[in-house]
Amino acid sequence: MKQLMTGNEAVARGAYEAGVRVGSAYPGTPSTEIFENLPQYKDVLYSEWAPNEKVAAEVAFGASMAGMRSMCAMKHVGMNVAADPLFTASYLGVGGAYILITADDPSMHSSQNEQDNRCYAKFSKCALIEPSDSQECKDFMKEACRVSEQFNTPVIFRVTTRVCHSKSLVELGEREEQPVTRYQRNPAKYSATPARAYVKHAEVEQRLRDLEEYACTSPLNVWEKKGSKIGVVTASIAYQYAKEVFPEDTSFLKLGFTYPLPMKLIAEFAKSVETLYVIEELEPFMEEQIRAAGIACHGKDCIPRLYELNPEIVRAGVFGQKAETKTVGVEAVGRPPVLCPGCPHRGFFYSVARRKNVIVTGDIGCYTLGGAQPLDATDSCLCMGGGFSVGAGLARALEMAGDDRRVIGIVGDSTFFHSGMTGAAEILYNNHKMIPCVLDNSITGMTGHQDNPGTGETLMGDSAPIIRVEDVLRGMGYQNIIIVDPQDLKAMDAAIDEALASEVPAAIITRRPCLLIKKIKHDIGLCVVDRDKCRSCKMCLKVGCPAVFIKEGKAHIDPTLCVGCTVCAQVCPFGAIERKGE
Amino acid sequence: MNEVRSILLVGVGGQGTILVSKLLTQGLIRAGYDVKMSEVHGMAQRGGSVSTQVRYGKKVYSPIIGEGAADILVAFEKMEAVRYAHFLKPDGIAVINNYEIPSLPVAIGQAEYPQGCVEAMEKTFKTISFNAAEVAQKVGNPRTMNVVLLGALVHAFNMTDIDWEGVLRDNLPAKILDVNLRALREGMNL
Repeated sequence: MKQLMTGNEAVARGAYEAGVRVGSAYPGTPSTEIFENLPQYKDVLYSEWAPNEKVAAEVAFGASMAGMRSMCAMKHVGMNVAADPLFTASYLGVGGAYILITADDPSMHSSQNEQDNRCYAKFSKCALIEPSDSQECKDFMKEACRVSEQFNTPVIFRVTTRVCHSKSLVELGEREEQPVTRYQRNPAKYSATPARAYVKHAEVEQRLRDLEEYACTSPLNVWEKKGSKIGVVTASIAYQYAKEVFPEDTSFLKLGFTYPLPMKLIAEFAKSVETLYVIEELEPFMEEQIRAAGIACHGKDCIPRLYELNPEIVRAGVFGQKAETKTVGVEAVGRPPVLCPGCPHRGFFYSVARRKNVIVTGDIGCYTLGGAQPLDATDSCLCMGGGFSVGAGLARALEMAGDDRRVIGIVGDSTFFHSGMTGAAEILYNNHKMIPCVLDNSITGMTGHQDNPGTGETLMGDSAPIIRVEDVLRGMGYQNIIIVDPQDLKAMDAAIDEALASEVPAAIITRRPCLLIKKIKHDIGLCVVDRDKCRSCKMCLKVGCPAVFIKEGKAHIDPTLCVGCTVCAQVCPFGAIERKGE
Repeated sequence: MNEVRSILLVGVGGQGTILVSKLLTQGLIRAGYDVKMSEVHGMAQRGGSVSTQVRYGKKVYSPIIGEGAADILVAFEKMEAVRYAHFLKPDGIAVINNYEIPSLPVAIGQAEYPQGCVEAMEKTFKTISFNAAEVAQKVGNPRTMNVVLLGALVHAFNMTDIDWEGVLRDNLPAKILDVNLRALREGMNL
């Protein structure tokens, strides 16, 4: 019986069937559900959330060293964090299979850049495998494990948003249990000293030649022989688009193993057709290598390099046929994502946004939305952990320029453990004149509520020691740690005042759990507007709550959205908003 | 000819578009079709504009479509219908929930909610519009608005021979099943 699965569910199933025993990951859209689907196999497969992607990659490497099949998963930008272990793991090789899953996000549905992580395979000299639908997500995991062990190489397993979050039918298989042998130390293999790395680099080059040979006969690379007029080399989701667009008699070389490319096979394929197209999303990763091998082809001359593709874009690019569309003559107003009603971050952003002398350096998470109108509270959002360290550099520059404006750097609780702790150390160690602030909502929010070292629970549902942000900061040497409920605006204002005036190193922790955490009993109520008292000053709109808007000239609160957080009531100068119900 | 039909469901994060896509997909699989569905997660969900896609036929390759390629557009909110109108084929059908959710730029007075969304759609496309919120209210639970729309969709697209009630039974928890079955029937009878 076939089952309907997302690509992410299928990758998890594939790991199970392939006999993977250890998995470690940090959540990130669109990769998150891969690991959310692993605990169902916990009898035979250990899975965990790591504090960050570098840690995840290292944990998986350690398990591989012990001879077990292992994997780690991350979103595309997470691979930047994991790049350090990746590049040297490539030199060292593997014990049990070592699979690094990267989930790329063309069109940046939920990301800060559009990097194409296939380039990491070339850069780190590792094998690259790319499935194009859910069935392949599952099946290719098994082949990825075989390749990793046969060629002594980490395998980068690359999926994209439309592979991860599309559902298609999957035929399930049985788990292939892998034998476990007693760990034998082998420092000559697993310690990358300069002298050994010198030798290993040559071995890696030979491995690439061997992998290219393999690629030419790999079951993942399929020549669909049809006509001799048009040939298409394609991979990943682009294959699905191309299949819809090109005529029936088009020959396809559908690649699932994409680095090193099977260049002999591609050359043979190219010779068998009159015109060769390379259809790929984002970078001309395959096209550049194919051209460098002296093979003429069309590629980015007709297929956009930016954003995700779809069948209509491919059809327009290759055949110049643009689908007919109609306009309706009415313009839709933007509908950007917003902080939820009752979001604990709202009070913090409202408080800082009104301070002319305070600059806030932001970070990645739900609280990125604090940078949007009307709160418009942050000046930057670079990367995970950047809220602290970018703030440090900015504070130093301001101080050197004689500018007396102050900097508050923010990270979330999960981000604090991910890469905020090093920034907190930097601020203290180098005496930067800024306030680190941890927006602690007791969960990893934006990715859909994953546990982290501060939540007291693990991915597999076991209880864990809670690492408290304040204990970490205190241990570092922060002497004035102010913990505040951000929903209490007076207290929030006072906390910021106190931190800015502090003579000793100060930090702020805003603490209130995300309202969407299901296992907590939240204090839900409802705020209502007294239309007689409302003077239409619109102060309540400044908190940026989707439940609050103007209706028939007066403030109105949508009762289906409001949860009674009272932030709007606290800013109302006329006491026109009151909370009903407990 | 391998004919593939494409359904685009659009709305506001939190309206239940993903659940309807899931139910739709299950029904189409029961009917023996190859089906692919694509959804969005993360940043796009937080009260933002969301879209999911369902494609079915004998053999489906792409899980998504581009502009001018949808056979049917189901808008859970009327301004979202306008936003995605150019994804409809010129002879495509629009099913619109005549329901307004102001977006933040509207709420904070930076923009005006556009007038005449439904009328503009009706002028341009074959359009079925009704207030699914009122129907859901009548059925007894405003949160069944999405299943009312599912009912209207399967009616509009002649998919009523599929056992949709069975799909709901297999996919919804017992305590909300009855009200959703009523919502489905109301939607199909509109």
